[in-house]
Amino acid sequence: MDKIKSLEMVNITKKFPGVIANKDVHLKVESGEVLALLGENGAGKTTLMNILYGLYHPNSGRILINDQEVKIDSPKKALDLGIGMVHQHFMLVPSLTVTENVALGIKFKSKFSMDLDNVAQKIKLLSKKHDLNIDSSLLISDLSVGERQKVEIIKALYFNANILVLDEPTAALTPQETDDLIKWLRSVIKEGMGVIFISHKLNEVMNVSDRVEVLRNGKNVFSTPISKTNINQLARKMAGHDVELPTVERKNKFGNTIIELENVWAKNERGLDALRGVNLTIRKGEILGIAGVSGNGQKELAESITGLQKIYKGDIRFKGESIANKSVQSIIDKGMGYIPEDRLHMGTIPGFKVKENLILKDYLRSPFSKIFLLDRTYIKDYCKSTVDEYDVRCPNINTPTHALSGGNIQKLILSRELKREPDALVASYPIRGVDIAAVQYIHEKLLEARDNDMGILLITEELDELINLSDRIAVIYEDQILDVIDTAEADKSKLGLLMAGIKEGSR
Amino acid sequence: MRNNIIKILFNILVLSISFIVALLFGSIILLIAGVNPLVAYQAMIIRPISSVYGLSEALVRSIPLMMVGIGISIAFRSKMINIGGEGQIQLGAVAAGAAALAIPGVPKAIAIPIIILVGFTVGGIWGGIAGWMKAKLSVNEVLSTVMLNYIAFQLYLFLIRGPLIDPSEIAWGTGVPQTARMPDSTIFERLIQQGQRIHSGIFIALIIAILVYFLLWRTTFGFRLRAVGEEPKAANYAGIKVDKYLILAMVLSGGMAGIAGTIEVIGVHHRVLEGLSANYGFSGIVVALFGRLHPIGVIPASFFFGLLLIGAEMMQRAVNIPSALVISIQGLVILAVVSSNLLLENPKYRKKFLGFLMQNN
Repeated sequence: MDKIKSLEMVNITKKFPGVIANKDVHLKVESGEVLALLGENGAGKTTLMNILYGLYHPNSGRILINDQEVKIDSPKKALDLGIGMVHQHFMLVPSLTVTENVALGIKFKSKFSMDLDNVAQKIKLLSKKHDLNIDSSLLISDLSVGERQKVEIIKALYFNANILVLDEPTAALTPQETDDLIKWLRSVIKEGMGVIFISHKLNEVMNVSDRVEVLRNGKNVFSTPISKTNINQLARKMAGHDVELPTVERKNKFGNTIIELENVWAKNERGLDALRGVNLTIRKGEILGIAGVSGNGQKELAESITGLQKIYKGDIRFKGESIANKSVQSIIDKGMGYIPEDRLHMGTIPGFKVKENLILKDYLRSPFSKIFLLDRTYIKDYCKSTVDEYDVRCPNINTPTHALSGGNIQKLILSRELKREPDALVASYPIRGVDIAAVQYIHEKLLEARDNDMGILLITEELDELINLSDRIAVIYEDQILDVIDTAEADKSKLGLLMAGIKEGSR
Repeated sequence: MRNNIIKILFNILVLSISFIVALLFGSIILLIAGVNPLVAYQAMIIRPISSVYGLSEALVRSIPLMMVGIGISIAFRSKMINIGGEGQIQLGAVAAGAAALAIPGVPKAIAIPIIILVGFTVGGIWGGIAGWMKAKLSVNEVLSTVMLNYIAFQLYLFLIRGPLIDPSEIAWGTGVPQTARMPDSTIFERLIQQGQRIHSGIFIALIIAILVYFLLWRTTFGFRLRAVGEEPKAANYAGIKVDKYLILAMVLSGGMAGIAGTIEVIGVHHRVLEGLSANYGFSGIVVALFGRLHPIGVIPASFFFGLLLIGAEMMQRAVNIPSALVISIQGLVILAVVSSNLLLENPKYRKKFLGFLMQNN
């Protein structure tokens, strides 16, 4: 097959039982350009890309490569044609090396042996040529998220892909890694690669793409060169209505201290120090942002406060009383809320019904249960009204939670935590991977809670979110709080330096 | 409503077909053994349901199966796999037997609850050991329950051959390893006369099935237990003590098997004797799976298996073939029925079936 000069999807329609995921969708990408594919969760982007990659078969529609119709009935066919895909959740075997992972997709001449040296050699050449810098003898489990992504890209390049589909490639990357990826993308499109870039982060889209295609409810709604649009317009087109992220009124009066950490030390699962002498205070009616590259102790910080993580030195006080190493239940009862990072396996029980997850922290108290019997009528009414109030979109409250989209699961967790009206809330990456309308909603709710005197610890990698919402920002670096600054004095470059561990005047 | 009828029709059709397929394979075995399959199957299928004796015996066998099946369903709800039913039955039985012999003069209304409680407690402790080892020492419960079976079996033999042996066996010098007969005030009544063995223990089993259903789905305890099984990380996040509920689930599970042993003693044999549990601890696993690991689903599943067990016995007597062949035919039927689960669960196949019906109407 020749190199792909243009790839076109024409009038693609894909129906699932009860839903039309794509209706007469068209899409065109040429070599040497980045096409951004935008849409809210559930708009049909992933379905469309899975059709392109041969994972789904459309009910109708055609795919043209260099103006010739092709049939793509399997991922192998897609790869043979030169279409590579990097999924949001990587398709790598953690216990194998980089070389072995690439070799998984190769059909070797011999049935009983694999020429891995040859594969390793080719990977080396590729990574040199494309400046990807991966040691192919390493195990996947030893690589960072950013490095794993590079392995996925190498896999695609190995099979001579020259159309690359990247499904939310920056969702799990640190700001630095994101910058590197964008730089890298710019260089490969110069060499004639075509890229389809799926992202929720509109500033990245503005930054990297040449054209934009917006989907809503499975249909094309907007298509434009990037030079003729702006973030606000794109957000509006995606949501179908005006989206304005809440502008925050700066407060200058806060209540008393509600959470206080004093010289807290904790070890992670591997027995290494994950918090080393952390001091922090959170006041009533304040959002304290935690900035930092993930893996610098954020998880242990959040879990120490909520009782899931044991600390071995220091003290944590909540409403004036020590909660260090107290049981999770007693800390919940005392009025602590927690939106965890792992929303599907910690924030909710995936196999439980929506209603069961909504009462996960309330089932013990009256009127949800009396003595030990659950009050089913009350629970049903409560959950119905909560789902309506917080706009959690689900077929009904008896749906298993894993069937919901990420944004809706997040709203479910948010509603559960906020409806309990806790005195303090720890929110870890509350908007990771959710669409812009949900971001708007979650931010509004957090600010509303703050204005109702809740003390909030907000952990996130998004600097915009931090600067927009926080009253103060603490920077965490290598298990320690490097600095705490007022948001008024914060800007991205200053935070970026701090996140990299560079404190002004220290060097 | 209409959908439900179609679903039931479809399920019956699938189950019948898989049953017939199993019988076809089984007839090959029978033909090799030189037996007319038609005669054999007539004995296996028709006889149990056409005589009072057959039905009574099927129910008698379904009671311990039901109890073990309920126990395994409870353990499964917290994602624990209890292979230790056999040991839990035996220890529950021997403890219940000892308790019954110890309280001869106590009125029935008090004696029977005490005996059941003793059987439950001892079975529960035996299951709880495996739960504790899992929770505190991360010992795989499949391994520990199987090993505990060996220990329980030897303990059981020791008790009925030694300390608990019927004194008259020693006096007469016969030495059959069994306990003395239970006093009348401690045994279940027979429900029908004419020498049939069906006893009032079936009501106990049915009531427990319903109670367990309520416990699992209507109480805060069941909510926690299921939460721990579905996702321990989230359960921990919600303030539930995961370890505690793993252990409790195994205690309950073992306790149910303990009651199964108890009912065998005070309902059927009226003594504790060797070979008391006819592998109910293992057949109960199949019953639980077939009943969708749901305490109510276990009720019909246990009756079906009861019929299958007595049918196999009747076939053996009717055509006089080695019991090994009977067991393999039984295995075939179970395999076929359990594999048909795939079809039963899949709405896609049901839809095709519906389409087929429409065409023919």
